[in-house]
Amino acid sequence: MQTTSDEVLIVRIAGGDRLAMQVLFARHHVRVYRFVLRLVRNEATAEDLISDVFLDIWRQAGKFEGRSQVSTWMLSIARFKALSVLRKRPEEELDEETAERIEDHADDPETTLAKKDKGAALRQCLSALSAEHREIIDLVYYHEKSVEEAAEIVGIPEATVKTRMFYARKKLSELLKEQGIDRGWP
Amino acid sequence: MNTKNKEAHSDVEELLPWHAAGTLSRSDARRVEDTLAHNPELARRYALVREELGETIHLNETLGAPSAHAIEKLFAKIDAEPARKPAVSLNLGARVAEFFASFSPRTLAYAGGAAVLAILMQAGFIAGVMIKETKTTGYETASAPSTDPGIGAFTLIRFAPQATQDDVTKFLAANKLSIASGPMAGGLYKVRVAVTGLPKAELATIVKKLQADKVVTFIATTE
Repeated sequence: MQTTSDEVLIVRIAGGDRLAMQVLFARHHVRVYRFVLRLVRNEATAEDLISDVFLDIWRQAGKFEGRSQVSTWMLSIARFKALSVLRKRPEEELDEETAERIEDHADDPETTLAKKDKGAALRQCLSALSAEHREIIDLVYYHEKSVEEAAEIVGIPEATVKTRMFYARKKLSELLKEQGIDRGWP
Repeated sequence: MNTKNKEAHSDVEELLPWHAAGTLSRSDARRVEDTLAHNPELARRYALVREELGETIHLNETLGAPSAHAIEKLFAKIDAEPARKPAVSLNLGARVAEFFASFSPRTLAYAGGAAVLAILMQAGFIAGVMIKETKTTGYETASAPSTDPGIGAFTLIRFAPQATQDDVTKFLAANKLSIASGPMAGGLYKVRVAVTGLPKAELATIVKKLQADKVVTFIATTE
């Protein structure tokens, strides 16, 4: 079955078509939410942010030039909104976040179990990465963004995207090693 | 391994995540595949990348989804927005141009070719229907349908591009219609709906009924 492309939906949204907005929202809101949630780490904030992201799409649809994929454009807006929230977030909250991250490394029963389950350990370490590294890993692995698209979303050169991804993966391996899982790399 | 080879491997190693995700260009993907085939250590590292890819998807998929209130909040905000300027919403030309501008020249060329082919095929099969009808005309009494193209009650019909020859034939037979002429400009066909002239009201009723058929995209009465 053929579906209306995102680009066509954007043209309709630019003309004030609410149904097109509903379709676009239904198609992308979960992924946008997850991208934002991994950055802000707060479900209520992430939920508030996605309505702001899609409101921006409603407002700016007429300016969309189709130079990139609609999903890339959406994630760029989402990222900008999430970083704005993070900048305004009180320091106490950031401390709590740091504390959570430290707890992630603690050798509690869950961690012990995680050591037995390599997949679970890997997921735990993915969550423990810095926001910058989480972001690039999510964009490449989960949001299936190419080097060019990731560069556009994050606003960095393509070469930096590649090296950032490389170092994010390297850090991931180091965290796994701390958990007792040696992958033999780096 | 010389320095040049080391650099090449490093470059390829950086591309492994995109290769695993399937987002590399064809040439880059081939380059990575070639290197992986001859470098067991890199192939082992590629297995690690695939592991990370799987777990990242797993992690994100367990993050849940926003509540149904999210869309309510969005549309409440949209409702509070000032009304759109008609210049943007009603400019059909701009919308069409914007629509086609979103395609690459190659896609546009393929689409144009496909459209021409579809029009030719439709003209062909409708001509086929007309020839078939002419051939089956045998013995006719004085009360049999007139073959005079000028006598009867007529409509102008444009058939749906996706309608097959079979669909059109069935539609014509079910409604006792015959094609008098066409295709004309805009892909229109002059279709006879009755062998004698009909009162306007009766013709309008027939048009309304035919309009409901999915095979028809446009219909109007004509002389």
